[in-house]
Amino acid sequence: MDLNFTPEEDAFREEVRTFLKEKLPEHIAAKVRSGAEMGKEDSVAWHKILYKQGWVANTWSKADGGPGWTPVQRHIFEEESCRAYAPRQVPFGLAMLGPVLHKFGSQEQKDAVLPGIVSGDDWWCQGYSEPGAGSDLASLKTRAVRDGDDYVINGQKTWTTLGQHADKIFCLVRTKADGKPQEGISFILVDLDTPGIEMRPIKLIEGGYEVNEVFFTDVRVPATELVGEENQGWTIAKYLLTHERTNIAGVGFSMQALEDLKSLARKVKRNGKPLIQDPLFAARIAQVEIDLEAMKITNLRMLFQAQSQGAPGPETSILKIKGTVIRQTINDLARRALGPSAAPFPSEELEGNMALTPADNAHNAAQYFNNRKLSIFGGSNEIQRNILTKAMLEL
Amino acid sequence: MDFNLTDDRRMLQDSLRRFLTDQYPIEHRNKIAYEAPFHDTSKWAEMAELGVLHALATEEAGGFGGSGFDITVVFEELGRALCPEPILGALMASRLLAAAGEDQEALLDGSRRYAVAIGEIDAPYAFDLIETTAKNDALSGRKSTVYGGNDADVILVAAKNGSKVSLYEVQASDAEVTGYCMIEGGGAAEVFLDGTKGRLLIEDSTAALQDALDAGALALCAEAVGLMDVTNEILLDYLRTRKQFGIAIGKFQALQHRAVDIVTEIEQARSITIFAASRMGEADQSRAVSMAKNMIGRAAKLSSEETIQMHGGIAMTWEYPASHMAKRLVMIDHQLGDTDYHLTRVMDAISAA
Repeated sequence: MDLNFTPEEDAFREEVRTFLKEKLPEHIAAKVRSGAEMGKEDSVAWHKILYKQGWVANTWSKADGGPGWTPVQRHIFEEESCRAYAPRQVPFGLAMLGPVLHKFGSQEQKDAVLPGIVSGDDWWCQGYSEPGAGSDLASLKTRAVRDGDDYVINGQKTWTTLGQHADKIFCLVRTKADGKPQEGISFILVDLDTPGIEMRPIKLIEGGYEVNEVFFTDVRVPATELVGEENQGWTIAKYLLTHERTNIAGVGFSMQALEDLKSLARKVKRNGKPLIQDPLFAARIAQVEIDLEAMKITNLRMLFQAQSQGAPGPETSILKIKGTVIRQTINDLARRALGPSAAPFPSEELEGNMALTPADNAHNAAQYFNNRKLSIFGGSNEIQRNILTKAMLEL
Repeated sequence: MDFNLTDDRRMLQDSLRRFLTDQYPIEHRNKIAYEAPFHDTSKWAEMAELGVLHALATEEAGGFGGSGFDITVVFEELGRALCPEPILGALMASRLLAAAGEDQEALLDGSRRYAVAIGEIDAPYAFDLIETTAKNDALSGRKSTVYGGNDADVILVAAKNGSKVSLYEVQASDAEVTGYCMIEGGGAAEVFLDGTKGRLLIEDSTAALQDALDAGALALCAEAVGLMDVTNEILLDYLRTRKQFGIAIGKFQALQHRAVDIVTEIEQARSITIFAASRMGEADQSRAVSMAKNMIGRAAKLSSEETIQMHGGIAMTWEYPASHMAKRLVMIDHQLGDTDYHLTRVMDAISAA
C-alpha cells in the first residue's frame, strides 16, 4: 500500500499548475469562482487554449489523437483545474461522442466529426432524455423512419444541456417499434441547422438557462449519419455512459468548494465572532471534510482499479451517489453561512457598496438550488442505487 | 383538550383561503413576486378588509386577535398560497407599536405599510450586537435584509442609544432604501441611515424586540407548515401519476418510504408550531418558538430537497410551481434565525435551567 503519487505524477502536477497559472485568463477564473453564468465565448476561449496545449481531448488515447494520459493524470488535471477555477470542459463532444466514434464510428464519420470536436469549432449536445423517458431511458419514443437514403425523425428531446450553444446533436432514436425496447434504439448524428428542429430554453429554478427542449418535426437526416448498426444504439449508449462516469465524483469541485466555504466562514460573523468559531457550524464543516477525505481515497481506489484493469466497473455508482451528496452538502453550508444575506436574487445592483456578501458569494443560494441537479442528472442517485443493487450486490 | 380551531378562526381561515386561491394563482404569484415591488399592491387593501391585519393585533391595540393561534391561522394560509405580501413586517410592527402604546389604526386598515429593521450583516439575528447608533434622535448605520422594506412607508428601526437598544420610527422617504428581489420572490431592502431623523418609540426596547422576533418566527413556522402541505400534495400527485418502467413511480418502495418520512416530519412540524403558538405570552415563549423554528428549518429542508429529487428534474424548472415552493421552504430558514441559531437558544435554556 502506497498512497504517494510517483515522481513522474508529481512532476506532471507541477506542469499542469504552471500551465494554469500562465494560461488561464483571470476574467474567466473570476466567473467560475463566483458562480456567475458562463457564456459560450468563455468556454470556447478556454477550449482553444487547451487545444493549443494539446490537452483538450485528454480522455483520448494517443492513437486517437489525445495526449494519452493515464486515469491518474486526468485526475490530477481535474483537481488542479478546479483549484485554479478553470471552467469545466464541456463533455458532450470530447468525453462522450469522441470515444463513441473511436469505437463505433465509420472512417468517414471520424474524419468528418472528430477534428471539429478537438478544435472546438463544433459544439455538440446530447439528445437522450424525453418527457416520458427519464430514468426509464429505454422507453424513448422519438422515431427515426428510413426513407430512401434518409431517416426522418419526429419527436421531442429534453434536458439538453447547453443546447443553445450547440451546432450539432447526437440522439438516441427509436428505429424499431416491436420487441424489447432496448433492441429498437439507434444512435444518430444530427446537424441542428436541419429544417424541422426547434430548440426551446428551459428556465431553471434559480433563474438560469442551461438546459433545453428540442423538437423534431419531419427532420431529414442522411442515413450515413447513423453511428454503428441500426438498433445498436443501446449498446453505444451504455458504452458512452461509462465515459460519462470519468470524474463523476467531482472530487476536485468539492475540494475547492470546501476551501471556499472555510474562507467564507472566516469572513462572516455570527454572535460577534467569525462563523468558523461557532461550534455548531464548525462541526458541520468538519463532518463534510471527513466525508470528502474518504471520498478522495475511494475515488483514487477506483481510478487505480480502472488503470490496472481497464474500464471502470459498476462500483463507480458509489462515486456518483456520495460525490454528488458531498458537493451538495458543501453548497448547502455555503448558503447557510450567509444567513439572511443569502436572500437576494443575484443582480448587478447589489454589487460594490450595496453588496450583502463577500464578492464571490453573491451566488451561493442560486448555486445551492442549481446543484440540486447533481443528484438527478447523469442517471439519478436512485438509478445508481438500482445499478449497484443488481451489479454489485447481486440482490 | 381540543385541537380544533375556534369558529371565528375557522371563518377567517376559510375566507382567506378562498381569497388567496382566487387572487394568487401561481402564474400571477410568480409574475408579481419577481417584479418590483415584488408583491401585488392592488390586493393589499382587500386583504386588510378581509381582516388579515386586524387578526394579528389584540383588541386592546385595535385588532380582534393577536394570540399565537391568530398568527398561525393567517400565516398558514399565506404559506399555502406562496403569498409574497409583506405581512411579516406588519405583524412585527404591530407587536412593537402595541408595546410602545402607539396608535396603529393606519397599520391595521392597510393605509400605511410598515417594515421592521433589526438585523445587520454582522449581527443577523440578535439585537445585542447591532451597530446602528442613535444620537439625539438621528440614526446612522446599515440595516440589512429588511423584509418588505422595499415598499414600506414606515420603518421601525432598532438602534444603539447609549447603553440601551432603542426603537425608532423612521419615514422610509427619509432613509436611503435599496430594494431588491429575494431568490424565491418577494421583496426586501438594505436601509442606509446617515444622520436620518427618527422618532423614539421605546427607549429600552429589548423585551419588545424579542417579542416581535418571536411572533415573526412563529409566523414563519406556520407559513412553512402551510407550504409543506401544498408542496407535498403536488409531490404525492406526481408519485401517483408519473409512470416509468410501466408503472407509477409511487409504487416503488424506495420512494414510498421517503414520502412517508416527509409526511412524518410535516406532522411533527405542525405539532411543534401548535406548541409554540400555545406558549405565546407565557414565560417560555422564546424557548418554545426557538424549538419550533429549529424543527421547521429541518423539516422544510427535507420537504424541499426531497420534493425536487423525487420529481427527478421537472421540479428543477421555473415553470413548475413546486420549484418556487421548494425555494421558499429553504429560504425561510434564513429569516429571523436559522436552525443552528435556534438550537443554540434551546441549548442555552437547558444550561440556564
